Amino acid sequence: MAVEKRVVFKSKWLPWVLVAPQVFIIGAFFFWPAAQALLQSVQQSDAFGTSIEWVGLENFRNLWNDETYLASFYTTAIFSVSVAVIGISLSLLLAVYADRVAKGALFYKTLLIWPYAVAPAVAGVLWLFMFAPSVGVVAYGLRAIGIDWNHLLNSTHAMTLVVMAAVWKQISYNFLFFLAGLQSIPRSLIEAAAIDGAGPWRRFWTIVFPLLSPTTFFLLVINVVYAFFDTFAIIDSATQGGPGKDTAILVYKVYYDGFKAMDLGGSAAQSVVLMVIVIALTVVQFRFVEKKVTY
Amino acid sequence: MVERRPLLTALTHTVLILGVVVIAFPLYLTFVASTHTTPDLMQSPMPLLPGSHFLQNYLDAWNGTGAGAGSKAPVARMMMVSLITALIIALGKIAISLLSAFAIVYFRFPFRNFVFWAIFITLMLPVEVRIGPTYKVVADFGMLDTYAGLTVPLIASATATFLFRQFFLTVPEELVEAARIDGAGPMRFFKDVLLPLSMTSIAALFVIQFIYGWNQYLWPLLVTTNESMYPVVIGIKRMISGGDSEMQWNVVMATAMMAMIPPATIVILMQKWFVKGLVDTEK
Repeated sequence: MAVEKRVVFKSKWLPWVLVAPQVFIIGAFFFWPAAQALLQSVQQSDAFGTSIEWVGLENFRNLWNDETYLASFYTTAIFSVSVAVIGISLSLLLAVYADRVAKGALFYKTLLIWPYAVAPAVAGVLWLFMFAPSVGVVAYGLRAIGIDWNHLLNSTHAMTLVVMAAVWKQISYNFLFFLAGLQSIPRSLIEAAAIDGAGPWRRFWTIVFPLLSPTTFFLLVINVVYAFFDTFAIIDSATQGGPGKDTAILVYKVYYDGFKAMDLGGSAAQSVVLMVIVIALTVVQFRFVEKKVTY
Repeated sequence: MVERRPLLTALTHTVLILGVVVIAFPLYLTFVASTHTTPDLMQSPMPLLPGSHFLQNYLDAWNGTGAGAGSKAPVARMMMVSLITALIIALGKIAISLLSAFAIVYFRFPFRNFVFWAIFITLMLPVEVRIGPTYKVVADFGMLDTYAGLTVPLIASATATFLFRQFFLTVPEELVEAARIDGAGPMRFFKDVLLPLSMTSIAALFVIQFIYGWNQYLWPLLVTTNESMYPVVIGIKRMISGGDSEMQWNVVMATAMMAMIPPATIVILMQKWFVKGLVDTEK
């Protein structure tokens, strides 16, 4: 594909008018605030914003020495690894079976994709309702088999709850990508292996799974990004970061420190750390996309 | 299917049905809960079959006439806010991305590549990493509690611009030449040639961006303080902040159902575009 057009239109002003709306929006709402976040991260101001003081890297040093921040890192790691691994495994399982079905594939697909349409905040409320200690029907079932479920007090329960809600919400997305990946594997390869006597289990691990590895890797990155940034609503509606701060992932902490605790410098420094994480993840993702092209 | 293995086929359907049941259970339970009275839901375990208060709960939620302890804003108003917001975000993203991609592909102007990369880099600046300062900008513009505040900061789109750019690059050069010979100006070419050709991509993007706009949470949470500007997603969260025991779960669940219906309808009715949009935006 050509990267440039040979034939173009000529106008001195029209292209500027055309890009103006987008340029204005990214300037005012993306780059300017991002620059402000960088600036605030090296400043310290009081709660009323009357005095501003340059403090250099002190905000960052405070973060490193802040145990709750390091704990939040740990929480985020547990949360995103669980969401990515559980979500990817379950959807791969479902996609492999859905790929085998000749009849009714569309039926299963339609039923499996629609959690994608559910807002994360609503997903949080749905799962909260099932597991609410007083009314939740699953909490009741768990009590019947001897598990005293209470995510308001038990942090493992709370973490399990938000992981389940986050996985449930993301499963349809992973499923669609795995299904597309499976359908692009040439039938002849599978058939050849079958003729050679390889059973379904063996075919999956020696042919299907290796050929799916680009999809799996891509979904791994996407799921980590999702768990880091798009699950704020799930956590805010299901646990509000509790009990204590045990489900407060990094994004939740930025929001809480900036808007509830009004610690602007600290919150800005956390924003900068998050920015570095997104940039790293995006770079990983694009390196991978380049590789896929040269396959 | 490669070979006949009845046992494996049986296993396949078992796994899939199990998967569907587990995925659908929360949705089913939500529907059931939305058809009972509050005392019915309070007994343990709650009933697992639909009850008889369907109409009343939905009307209570719709008009805000429930008796719960949390917020009682009418859902009708919130649905309206959500719908307007989602439509502005989806159409706005498509419109400004089409225009900038058109300028970048079909014109030569200074800083062209710079503009393209600047748009592209916004991928690395999700709202979560700049919430404080972005809030301040919106407040300074006086856009808190307005539709502009809810939508404009979310309208820039690196993925849509990139997608349209890629698509325009595949449009044959002969079309431009023909248009120029016929004396058509750039905007005429855009309207009569490019736009009709882009319809598939536009439909696919619309589905994805509508859902994106409808499901926004963090941003509306920051920029709306007035009940009349809450999108329904925020409204639900406000309803459950009244405490576990006095909560009217039946009305909350009726609201949740209503909040899910518009995006779910779009996904199911436009399934083909939805899948295309999902795959295209991740390239």
